[in-house]
Amino acid sequence: MTALWTLSLLLSASLLGCLAVTSPDGSPLPHNLPPSLGTNSSDGSLSVDLPMALRVFSMDYHHVQAPFEIVLWIMLASLAKLGFHWSGRVPAVVPESCVLIMVGLLVGGVIYGVRHSAPPTLSADAFFLFLLPPIVLDAGYFLPGRLFFENLGTILWYAVLGTLWNVLGIGLSLYGVCLLAQSSLGDVSLLHCLLFGSLIAAVDPVAVLSVFQEMQVNEQLHILVFGESLLNDAVTVVLYKLFESFLRLPSVSGLDVLLGGCRVVVVGIGGLCVGLFFGLLAALTSRFTSRAQVIAPLFVFLYSYLSYLTSEMLHLSGIMAIVTCAATMKQYVEANVSERSNTSIQYFLKMWSSVSETLIFTFLGVSTIQDIHMWSWPFVCSTLLLCLIWRATGVLLLTAFVNKLRRNAVTFRDQFIIAYGGLRGAICFSLVFLIDDFPKKRLFITTTIVVILFTVFVQGMTIKPLVELLYVKRKKRALPTLSEEIHSRLIDHLVAGIEDVVGYWGQHYWKDKFEQFNKKYLRRFLIRNDRQASSSILRVYQELERREQRGVEEEAPPIVDPRSQGRPLLPEEMESIRRILSRNLQNFNNKQTPAYSRHTLHQDTSVDRTRKPLYRHQSLGERYSYNTITHFQVHDGGLSEPQRVRTGLSRSHTVCSISPRSTLLDSSDSAGPAQTRSMDPKAAREDLVSPKHQETVERAARKHLSFVLENEKQQ
Amino acid sequence: MGSSSSSRNKIPNAQELMRQTGFSSAHLLRLHDRFESLDRDNRGYLSPDDFEALGGLAMNPIGGRIIEAFFSSGQDTVDFSSFVRILAHFRPTDRNRNKEGTQQELPSSRTRKLKFAFQLYDLDRDGKISREELLQVLRAMLGLQVTEEQLQSIAERAIQEADLDKDDAISFDEFKKSLEKMDIDTKMSVSFLK
Repeated sequence: MTALWTLSLLLSASLLGCLAVTSPDGSPLPHNLPPSLGTNSSDGSLSVDLPMALRVFSMDYHHVQAPFEIVLWIMLASLAKLGFHWSGRVPAVVPESCVLIMVGLLVGGVIYGVRHSAPPTLSADAFFLFLLPPIVLDAGYFLPGRLFFENLGTILWYAVLGTLWNVLGIGLSLYGVCLLAQSSLGDVSLLHCLLFGSLIAAVDPVAVLSVFQEMQVNEQLHILVFGESLLNDAVTVVLYKLFESFLRLPSVSGLDVLLGGCRVVVVGIGGLCVGLFFGLLAALTSRFTSRAQVIAPLFVFLYSYLSYLTSEMLHLSGIMAIVTCAATMKQYVEANVSERSNTSIQYFLKMWSSVSETLIFTFLGVSTIQDIHMWSWPFVCSTLLLCLIWRATGVLLLTAFVNKLRRNAVTFRDQFIIAYGGLRGAICFSLVFLIDDFPKKRLFITTTIVVILFTVFVQGMTIKPLVELLYVKRKKRALPTLSEEIHSRLIDHLVAGIEDVVGYWGQHYWKDKFEQFNKKYLRRFLIRNDRQASSSILRVYQELERREQRGVEEEAPPIVDPRSQGRPLLPEEMESIRRILSRNLQNFNNKQTPAYSRHTLHQDTSVDRTRKPLYRHQSLGERYSYNTITHFQVHDGGLSEPQRVRTGLSRSHTVCSISPRSTLLDSSDSAGPAQTRSMDPKAAREDLVSPKHQETVERAARKHLSFVLENEKQQ
Repeated sequence: MGSSSSSRNKIPNAQELMRQTGFSSAHLLRLHDRFESLDRDNRGYLSPDDFEALGGLAMNPIGGRIIEAFFSSGQDTVDFSSFVRILAHFRPTDRNRNKEGTQQELPSSRTRKLKFAFQLYDLDRDGKISREELLQVLRAMLGLQVTEEQLQSIAERAIQEADLDKDDAISFDEFKKSLEKMDIDTKMSVSFLK
């Protein structure tokens, strides 16, 4: 650990050195790629000057200055993040975002001290164009779809109405405060206050994510806060732009306000459509990537980023676009690309969003050290107070309404968390910089920074103890017993059956309709077709035959042998059994999906596999087994004929072992005996789905690849 | 939906049913409509193939058992009152009903719900879930993804956990005990029925 700290110290020193070397005025902001990237700056280069001789050693810093500084910043931030996770008790108390801001503050302060001028700031362009998209993309890709749509009404309710309430409330009351403190704040007009209200009221997804993921709250709560922070972007963007344009207009009429209202709808839905469009395009493209699999992940990123940029270009909600794009393309892309590409996509998403988040918070800290602060006690304090008050009242009121319509009421404790967890972050910060200049702009900037720091530090740090204090329903830590799991699954199936009998046109109705549409048209169009499926089965079969002939020694992992019935199960087996149960049985009112998490990937992978239930059609006398990649239940209303498999490459997914570290078979590579040899027995126990089209395939497919397959010959 | 008095005439023993099951008259009417829509030949009763026409139920791993649960005691038809009585198990539990709750236990009480689930396992109605019965259910639910060995182990483990009197089978009380931590009341209720 000391090595880590030494390293980071070295790096910070070098960073400061670089910054000190360059002249304060001419140095480009690290995050704006300077137009003069290629040319040498006029300062010349440092070099060891031997008179009249060839320079053996020279240093030309300006040549690489911009990328060098960028890399150093990223390195510094990432090392700070590493150090944070390694430092004993700190992560339990202080959320990561706080530490990063503090590091930023430190570095900013040092830079200020060294150069006596403002350190590089987070420019709004860099933030919106480069730093924000990866985070939102990551969030959108791993969005728990089912949970999100189940709670969509509530989320929209909070996002749209709640934001409106907050904006108007804060704006108007701030104006009241300004009127009261005429002496110092007299020149802040109503529109300015409203503008300020619009940018300060919005809950920030970055900050919310970073704090909530360290808290283990139940998924419903998580999705409510998180969903709200994503969707309120539309409202925020519109209101902000609206008030800004009002400021520029000589006068404001009622018609303008009405048009503003329409704009909210247009912006939101427009962003959605752009996202959908690009999502479907990406899905289509991924269908053809079988011959160039290495670049398949690239398409995911390119299309998502394109959707973001397009909607920003059209002044629509970029966040909504990118989230929609990611959520749309996910199921098709996962079906079309190879297992390895999938893993790459997921890892890259996580990595980029981590880097972005780290940078944002660090720069938030650095940018705080500036010359342009203007302080005003009444304004700042009242803003803080009003933010809290209005949010609390807003949540209370809205929840009172929404609870009448919901199945699971949002409890009082949940409401507290929602209200208290409304953190502000870098979006406000960037927006405040974009305001047209006016005398009190610096005050606004200062206030914004104070609010952000307050919410992130105070609220971020205290939310965890408060949650514990209030005994918010957390995720179930204790594993349910096996009986409980079995019976619970049985009851799930039972309730589903009864719902069918009753003809429950509840929330499943639209889901089923969508799934039908999805199956009939979208999947056929966007997913590579079935022929691949059979060939991958054949490939598996051939591979297995090959291995059998080679006489692999790893045949049976030691556990396998004929067991007497009374043998107690090993913990690993229990684990795998539990995994099988949870993975392969249907989950209906499933409150056990792990919430979105920035740091863990494996968890997410297995969650996605949970959504692939396997059915057996005993009642029809024939034994079809099929595999569906669907987030919803396969309860198509009125569908009576059995459905054959239509999964394309999903077959190869499920034949492969699930854990990313040991992929057994890719549809891409047919060889790979070395892989299986090095595979440890534990991985071998991952369960597989074996198709049952042919007896031979069945028999062959169940060999050596897993514990499951071992003695299937009795079947 | 017509005046309530005349529609209640359609349903025999409506008051009695409402009292026994706890359904409101509006719900009873809705269920009656559903009953009639399921009863394709308008015979006034349902038979197994009426149920099997429901696609979702056909694809349900335990669909067959659910259908069987409607046809109690060897009959092969189910009339409206039996239909409603079975569905009454899935009403959300009224926790505040003290008036009739103690005299006549409503079908939607927790014990009755558990009894219903228990009977899904216990097909031979001997009051115990034997290992074989558990295995059958597991096989239906888990399908092809597990070997026979694993199924045996799972069943073994489940019985070990729940079986307190060591008779190698799970009685209803043991079943109830093993599920004491689970929120059956919400889990086993369909919110459409209230």
